[in-house]
Amino acid sequence: MSPVSTGLAVTARGLSKSFGDRAVLSNLDLHVPAGQFLAIVGRSGCGKSTLLRMLTGLDTPTSGSFWFGEARHAPLPKSDVRVMFQEPRLLPWARVAANVEVGLTGGDGLNAQARALDALSEVGLADRATQWPATLSGGQKQRVALARALVSRPKLLALDEPLGALDALTRIEMQGLIERVYLEQGFTAILVTHDVREALALADRVVMIENGAIALDVEVDLPRPRRRGAMETAALEERILSRLLQPAAAVAA
Amino acid sequence: MTDATLMTDAALGREAKRAAPRRPAFKIGASLGWLVPVLLLVAWQVSASTGALSSSILPNPLDVIKAAWRLTLSGELLSNVEVSAMRAFAGLIVGGGIGLAFAFANGLSRWSDGLTDTTLQMVRNVPHLALIPLVIVWFGIDEGAKLFLVALGVFFPIYLNTLHGIRAVDPQLVEMGRSYGMHSRTLFWRIILPGALPSIFVGLRFALGITWLTLIVAETIAAQSGIGYMAMQAREFMQLDVVVLAILIYAVLGKLADSSVRVLERLFLSWNPAYVQTGAR
Ligand SMILES: Nc1ncnc2c1ncn2[C@@H]1O[C@H](COP(=O)(O)OP(=O)(O)OP(=O)(O)O)[C@@H](O)[C@H]1O
Ligand SMILES: [Mg+2]
Repeated sequence: MSPVSTGLAVTARGLSKSFGDRAVLSNLDLHVPAGQFLAIVGRSGCGKSTLLRMLTGLDTPTSGSFWFGEARHAPLPKSDVRVMFQEPRLLPWARVAANVEVGLTGGDGLNAQARALDALSEVGLADRATQWPATLSGGQKQRVALARALVSRPKLLALDEPLGALDALTRIEMQGLIERVYLEQGFTAILVTHDVREALALADRVVMIENGAIALDVEVDLPRPRRRGAMETAALEERILSRLLQPAAAVAA
Repeated sequence: MTDATLMTDAALGREAKRAAPRRPAFKIGASLGWLVPVLLLVAWQVSASTGALSSSILPNPLDVIKAAWRLTLSGELLSNVEVSAMRAFAGLIVGGGIGLAFAFANGLSRWSDGLTDTTLQMVRNVPHLALIPLVIVWFGIDEGAKLFLVALGVFFPIYLNTLHGIRAVDPQLVEMGRSYGMHSRTLFWRIILPGALPSIFVGLRFALGITWLTLIVAETIAAQSGIGYMAMQAREFMQLDVVVLAILIYAVLGKLADSSVRVLERLFLSWNPAYVQTGAR
């Protein structure tokens, strides 16, 4: 089921991060094979974003290390790694196409325009290329952000709740879009989400972070495209949700 | 020149909200708005020609127009307008340029900010027109005096608003730029400068107001050419029509300058819905 892999593997060993004397991640180990679609779930504040920010070079770990590909201690290949945030973070003063070109750092003029247009058609927004971001809806902005992330053909795409602010219908559409480009391009994807159902619709594997480490690691071996509300999905969802809710019950008692 | 020179985001936002619904009512509003000035003008002319308003207090509008015609023919008017406009422009460029330079330095470098911002904030509290006696001692009534005063007056609104604009640039956009591998130079041109631009324009508007105000004062006190000088000369010969003409010309020049900033705003801020269709006012 895995696509033709041009993805980049990521490995973290003994990763820890503290803010002041608050340890957010402690001694976390994680290996994401090339081309895998990994979903990270966990309660709010458990450190999902922190982990993603470190893997994408936006933050530095307090201790421990992580590396890309198979060679140990290879440095972060910046242009191979792209992040999609919860907010679209488009430049309001750049037209849609120019916003996508931001994804091509050092991209040359003519070629950059053509590639940006390609990426925009990929997300179905080629006809909005010359407009200002202010004229787009929330879902369309997020699609432009996806095009910007994909235009350089990254080998690793990190998504931090990219659909969190969208309405239910647009979310389902966007999930379909993300799955399609993932299958076409074969990058490694790491998706942080609050929504277990979303994780199960998209991911090959779901991990849950608790107390600063991986507390649950589930393979999702279901054929794509996955039907909503299928029996196997429901069973898995139940299992992950009950595990997520467990400590809350313990605290409440 | 204190906090009034720094328009807050809230004020900017209010302006944006006002701009949106004004559009449909604009046509009526524009012609309606001219009604009162026209009526006032007519009343002025009528009361002057019936003798209710003595010409030693206020000349009638026709006399002002005649004075304008006379001075245009003699070339006096144009050369004085030119001199004043050049002073305004030069002062704006020098003071604004220095203000921008300090704002960018202090907005981008913590080191520079620590070194100069406190000093600038202290100097800001000195009303620049209070320096006129000192300036006359330093420069006499040279061009240097006017340039210095205008530049000093313009410096602060540009500095404060630009600095505010840079600090208010969305840090999420900056982080996005960094994560996409933008270097400092690209980051500045593509994210920080465009993000600060609306504030810079607000500063420019304030600066223009201060420019004319400074010039009026400086030209009536220490000059040998310019609109203000023309007005002071006319006062000595009791040519009130020329005095009123000078006042009107200052108003027109100020309005022209403000309108050109609006044009620039619409040109450079067309991405911002608050600036696209505010009408030609
Ligand atoms: N820059 C920071 N300074 C101090 N504390 C921080 C910082 N960033 C994150 N934290 C803390 O680290 C913890 C984990 O934050 P993180 O954003 O990774 O959570 P999260 O799992 O992404 O939560 P959510 O699901 O709500 O987005 C939180 O308690 C947060 O307060
Ligand atoms: Mg988060």
